[in-house]
Amino acid sequence: MQQTAIEAKRRRAGRGMSLERRRARTAWLFLAPSLIVILLVAGYPLFRTIQLSFTQTSLLQFPLKSHVVGFLNYKFLLQDSQWWHSVLNTVVFTVVSVGIETVLGLGIAMLVNAKFPGRGAMRTAMLIPWAIPTVVSAQMWRWMYNDVYGVINDIFMKLHLTDKAYAWLANPKLMMPAVISVDVWKTTPFMALLLLAGLQSIPGELYEAGRVDGANPWQNFVRVTLPLLRPALLVALIFRTLDALRVFDAIYVMTGTNPNTMSMAVYARQQLVDFGALGYGSAMSVGIFVIIGLFVVAYVVSLGVEVD
Amino acid sequence: MKRMWLAIVVAFGGLLGGAAFAQGVTLHISCGAVGTELQLCKEESQAWAQKTGNTVVVVSTPNSTSDRLALYQQQLSAQSSSIDIYQIDVTYPGILGSYFIDLSKYFSQSDLSPFIPALVSNDQYEGKQVAIPWFNDAGVLYYRTDLLQKYGYSNPPTTWTELTQMAQKIQAGERANGNDKFWGYVWQGDSYEGLTCDALEWIYSFGGGTIVDPQGNITIDNPQAAEAINMAAGWVGTISPPGVLSYQEEDARGVWQAGNAAFMRNWPYAYSEGQSADSPIKGKFAVTVLPKADTPQGKHAATLGGWQLAVSRFSQHPAEAADLVKYLTSDSVEVDRAVKGSFLPSRLAVYDDPQVIQAHDFIHALKPVFSSAVARPSTATKDKYNQVSSAFWTAVHNVLAGQAQANQALAGLKQQLTRIKGAGW
Repeated sequence: MQQTAIEAKRRRAGRGMSLERRRARTAWLFLAPSLIVILLVAGYPLFRTIQLSFTQTSLLQFPLKSHVVGFLNYKFLLQDSQWWHSVLNTVVFTVVSVGIETVLGLGIAMLVNAKFPGRGAMRTAMLIPWAIPTVVSAQMWRWMYNDVYGVINDIFMKLHLTDKAYAWLANPKLMMPAVISVDVWKTTPFMALLLLAGLQSIPGELYEAGRVDGANPWQNFVRVTLPLLRPALLVALIFRTLDALRVFDAIYVMTGTNPNTMSMAVYARQQLVDFGALGYGSAMSVGIFVIIGLFVVAYVVSLGVEVD
Repeated sequence: MKRMWLAIVVAFGGLLGGAAFAQGVTLHISCGAVGTELQLCKEESQAWAQKTGNTVVVVSTPNSTSDRLALYQQQLSAQSSSIDIYQIDVTYPGILGSYFIDLSKYFSQSDLSPFIPALVSNDQYEGKQVAIPWFNDAGVLYYRTDLLQKYGYSNPPTTWTELTQMAQKIQAGERANGNDKFWGYVWQGDSYEGLTCDALEWIYSFGGGTIVDPQGNITIDNPQAAEAINMAAGWVGTISPPGVLSYQEEDARGVWQAGNAAFMRNWPYAYSEGQSADSPIKGKFAVTVLPKADTPQGKHAATLGGWQLAVSRFSQHPAEAADLVKYLTSDSVEVDRAVKGSFLPSRLAVYDDPQVIQAHDFIHALKPVFSSAVARPSTATKDKYNQVSSAFWTAVHNVLAGQAQANQALAGLKQQLTRIKGAGW
């Protein structure tokens, strides 16, 4: 009796396992198409980039000569002061622009979260900077920043904010702030939109409860809004940080390869396209990949609990 | 797919039109698409196709020269035969020279001699004639004829010192008259290829060489070059707006064409723009050769730009392709292009052609500029030219922005170029 019961149990367990296995197999089957696509469009290029980064290959020579040089490109990369300068530029750009965008975006999101006439139109209109292709808006800003016919100097001087025309994109000290301003102008609406979605998921009763308990607006903001907005805020921060680390178009159009503002992506493009240095450029791309990866790990580790 | 269609068309042609059509080959030519360029290229290629019984397909390419280079790199490094003839920038023969066939098989010495000599030698790669000059550009000085007259000058400046003095006087006068946005001289000072062109003109005009000489020696670290760059650094904020350090061609033209500058260095395209109907300076300016240095070694200099035609080594019909190149660079086609599109001819004689003079007298006026033409060192530095140019403009820009001293920057540049050169160009 006892034996058959154990056997039955075992059988049941066995059936359970095979069911699990079947489910796992089905899951893999469903996942396969997207995994294959990811492998093809992301995995293969990444693999090729890493492979090329161990070679010295010039795109500009026929016949194409490519020889394996081991870690030589990486050794050069570590010693390349221009590269570290562009890493620093990118990090400064990312931290400052994402910081300002978050604060401004939150303010704007709370503003358009309030009920007022024309709110729908307002929410649409504020997306315009974000909807204009970056290359177009960057060129537009380039002209607006001009020291002779640019509208920015004109406005600043008429408002008596400055007493003379500044060359925003030529002065080494003003270049980075000028470029960051354009990114803030362009991306704040996107940030606001992400945060607005988060704000709308906070139930109104909580604010009511806060009011009943006698909380002032500031306490409401700190105790209710911020904690509940945290998941949306984190998603928005991760989105924007990863995006900003790859910054290319705004900087490339406005200040080109000027070392004072050159980002990692601009430098890698210069190596790959202008110099045809496939090997070194690939090593640089792997470097960018690693740095962005570090940021992702940092975010996930420090905020992992909430992400779950 | 394209091939298959081609096969079908050729097969039908053979059936219907007889042998003549089927014998013709199909060539693909890449042409620029700036302004009337594409239309002219289509018309001219069509004329050749009709004459020879071949077919020509015109492929249009991006306007920006660096995007075009990227596209060509892709095509050529994939050993693609889908483009037979490439329209290439003046620096590409050095950069991409190994991908093109030697045209001296099809062009004799006497065929080449009517072309501007500096261009013919620019288009050589390791002793081979890899391209044929088609149309040109060169740096020129634009000056306001009305303002020069107003301030008592009868001729444009011939030396940099004269230019600086005239610019100072006119700028001071115009500002006193109420235009506080007026500047003496605008040019291209952004850190990009355009600064290489401008700076090469300053340095060459001081007798400071061409960064790397034709034998491949690095010559940039010399006192004349430092003097030339110091002179330009002295303009920034005095006769040139501080923003000139971020100016490309169109930024400079923006200041100039609004009537806010007495002088401008630019390419010839700005001439027809400045003479357009809605231009505030229409009829008030002229062009001339850029000034030279006041020193005994001083000479006029104009950096060469412009476009060449080259035949891909992967072309399946090199002989026909070379024939099309010969046709497109012929006397009559160049006259036609000069008249219809104001393209500057690569043949010197075309500048004196009565039809050209009648249509655009400024083309005729630019002829002397080409006798002082100087090519960027792309022929000597080959596929490392972009690296050399980038290092050069970065060093010059540092001096102009006051972040470095000219002699130190040039010494550093020499070191950097030596490293880029490695065992050889």
